[in-house]
Amino acid sequence: MGDTAMISVNNLRVSFGSGANAVQAVDGVSFSVGQGETYGLVGESGCGKSTILRALCGLNPNWSGDVVIGGETMLPLRTRSFYRRVQMVFQDPYGSLHPRHTVNTTLSEPLAIHGMGDADARIARVLVEVGLGPAFRYRYPHQLSGGQRQRLAIARALILEPQVLLLDEPTSALDVSVQAEILNLLVDLRARLGLTCILVSHDLAVVAHMCDRLAVMNAGRVMEELPVAALEDDSASHPYTRQLLAASLGYDRRLATGAVEDIDG
Amino acid sequence: MTETPQLQVEDLHVRFRTPQRIVHAVRGVTFQVGREKVGIVGESGSGKSQTGRAILKLTPPNGTVTAKRLQFQELDIAAASERAMLKVRGRRISMIMQDPKHALDPVMRVGAQIAEAIPADQKLSAAERRERVMAMLEAVHIRNPARVHELYPHEVSGGMGQRVMIAMMLMAEPDLLIADEPTSALDVTVRMQVLAILDDLVTRRGLGLIFISHDLNLVATFCDRVLIMYAGRIVEECAAAELADAKHPYTRGLLASLPRIGSRHQKLAVLNRDPAWLDG
Amino acid sequence: MSDASPTLRAWLTAEVTTSARQARIQSFYYGWLRLRANPLALIGLLILLGLVVVAICAPLIAPVGPNDQDLMRRLAPPSGVHWFGTDELGRDVFARVVYGSRITLYISFLVAIIAAPIGLAVGTTAGYFGGWTDTVLMRINDIFLSFPGLILALGFVAALGSGIENAVIAIALTAWPPIARLARAETLTIRASDYIAAVRIQGASSARIILRHIVPMCVPSVVVRITLNMAGIILTAAGLGFLGLGAQPPLPEWGAMLSTGRQYMLGAWWIAAMPGLAILLTSLAFNLFGDGLRDVLDPRSE
Repeated sequence: MGDTAMISVNNLRVSFGSGANAVQAVDGVSFSVGQGETYGLVGESGCGKSTILRALCGLNPNWSGDVVIGGETMLPLRTRSFYRRVQMVFQDPYGSLHPRHTVNTTLSEPLAIHGMGDADARIARVLVEVGLGPAFRYRYPHQLSGGQRQRLAIARALILEPQVLLLDEPTSALDVSVQAEILNLLVDLRARLGLTCILVSHDLAVVAHMCDRLAVMNAGRVMEELPVAALEDDSASHPYTRQLLAASLGYDRRLATGAVEDIDG
Repeated sequence: MTETPQLQVEDLHVRFRTPQRIVHAVRGVTFQVGREKVGIVGESGSGKSQTGRAILKLTPPNGTVTAKRLQFQELDIAAASERAMLKVRGRRISMIMQDPKHALDPVMRVGAQIAEAIPADQKLSAAERRERVMAMLEAVHIRNPARVHELYPHEVSGGMGQRVMIAMMLMAEPDLLIADEPTSALDVTVRMQVLAILDDLVTRRGLGLIFISHDLNLVATFCDRVLIMYAGRIVEECAAAELADAKHPYTRGLLASLPRIGSRHQKLAVLNRDPAWLDG
Repeated sequence: MSDASPTLRAWLTAEVTTSARQARIQSFYYGWLRLRANPLALIGLLILLGLVVVAICAPLIAPVGPNDQDLMRRLAPPSGVHWFGTDELGRDVFARVVYGSRITLYISFLVAIIAAPIGLAVGTTAGYFGGWTDTVLMRINDIFLSFPGLILALGFVAALGSGIENAVIAIALTAWPPIARLARAETLTIRASDYIAAVRIQGASSARIILRHIVPMCVPSVVVRITLNMAGIILTAAGLGFLGLGAQPPLPEWGAMLSTGRQYMLGAWWIAAMPGLAILLTSLAFNLFGDGLRDVLDPRSE
């Protein structure tokens, strides 16, 4: 990825709490994502992968380090134009949509905030783009299935025509058949709109499907950065990566008995 | 498995009444469980969890359960009174839920909660009870039982909490364990440990295990036998090892829709639901 | 509603809503269905609707004016002519109770539209910003909460002078703090949700987030709260009237009527009992309806 990096993160640190109770959630993470690339962050819950996304998108201003997105150095507080370039899709489509807003209201809100005209046509277009269609325009979230909700969440992120899309476990709350539909949609949109993405997931298979390069994280640090090709030809070397890899294949009696020995009280 | 099965379920139906309509969540499910690991797989809304709950008569109050036969060992569950079920739940049939945090009493130490699960008819001294609890904590591979014994539920991690739950369930020495997504809230590495404990229980103590999950890979590698549920029916039943060669188009569709390492940049197969599947 | 034509019903229950208006009406319709399933709430609603009708049509319902005196027939017991009897000046108690419903509804309506927005604004602001804003606003709130409502209202009326408008202001000043507390508690949970995070990373201003995203989520529980508190508000208004600090004679305010009736309690019980019953019935109706409304509106019960 010698070409221009769209996102470059250098020595990012995020901590929660203060004094003796401070927890270093992200501890000196560096990576860069090229224009049009999809970069994966894999790890177990609490490893700091979602915290990185929240710092990048401006939801959590308490971080330190250098973050450059699209050639612009990020400050903890973002300008309004920043949000037009970087958008995010959340994990839980049941929690990320306002329960009392219809699809139409949800999608017109970002347009109103940024004073983008032609709302009617834009909403109709983005609904078709995410495969929902005009029939869904005046429904409430509780009238939508999980997959339809996630499509709406993607539409909400895309309606501002961002260059960077941050994906926080976008399919982990969905059934596998729906997951396939959403992953296909994301692959399709990414190619069509030339999006640069960061995909956070605990599922190695999902990341291997979507990304070209990934970082394996544990306890706020990057254990290993590797190309997905290394997973495909089984040449990943870091023991933690191997452990995740084995676990992703299902239950393994021998491996499990080994793991039991590792348990710490 | 020539002996009589632990649990026999025949033509089980669960219906829910909502203000709008009646929802037929489980539509004529028939299966048996011996001293083995039976997996029930399906997507959300397939009726897999309601099947598990119906066995313990834990269906929510707006639901009705009917079955031609719902037999656990010598007991006819379908006809059993609520009082009779109290003697079964948690003693002869135990259930492990997805999230241990909600199932543990937040203001009671872990050790005391496990001790509560010791059947009341066993007259034990305080010291004997404590010994039993410690032995059980060790049995679920908790390395420092003395420390965990004194912790409160909020002080234990997810994986540890799930092991505490299992210890509690096992205290009563049940014959059948119903585990509803017991590991989906856990990290992959911890998941392995919890599964290994369940595996041991079936092989060493001869428990019957009903393992309810949405994770095809996991069920295929962990269970002995798999039931695939779709829209309230069992559409396919097969040995877990042969899941990859499943015949039903729904099962095949589900397997094909899984992303794999090596499927990069390919289009994933999308399940086209055939209305005919609803009938069988 | 059960005799609604099939097409209307189909439109109301359609799985696919085709306009914003239909979507909104449909959610009202489902709310109504849930309210209808609760007979007590329905009774409360009917009493309140009846009260509104009585207040609007007071001149048609009351046989005589509320202040028409007939000194020849003072302190007459309930009879076919004077249903609720007459008072010490020979005024018809039924007519006064009927006209009094106007004053009661006037007070409760005004208090509701003053106290609810104040409470919502203070509560959501404190909850959303947290920190110093929260501390300052909530301590002010605590000061108001630390006095019993009636005492506080008494103090305000004493400062402002007696009269209905001042009573309304005084009661509204005592009615907003519990609403602010409630709105703050709701806001704290809403603030942490992903849909607020989503609108934040769209670049929305704090004012916009509070007004368009948080307030709509708080409104249902605030409406329920204020409906349930209405009983207390009516009692406070009656209490002020009773103490001579609310509506002034000869206005037929129920509390003031109760107060004068007290002097004739032994000989002419109806003067006090009839407005008393009216207060009781109205408070009860608000309570029953509020309970039913909570089942319909509370997002947690869905």
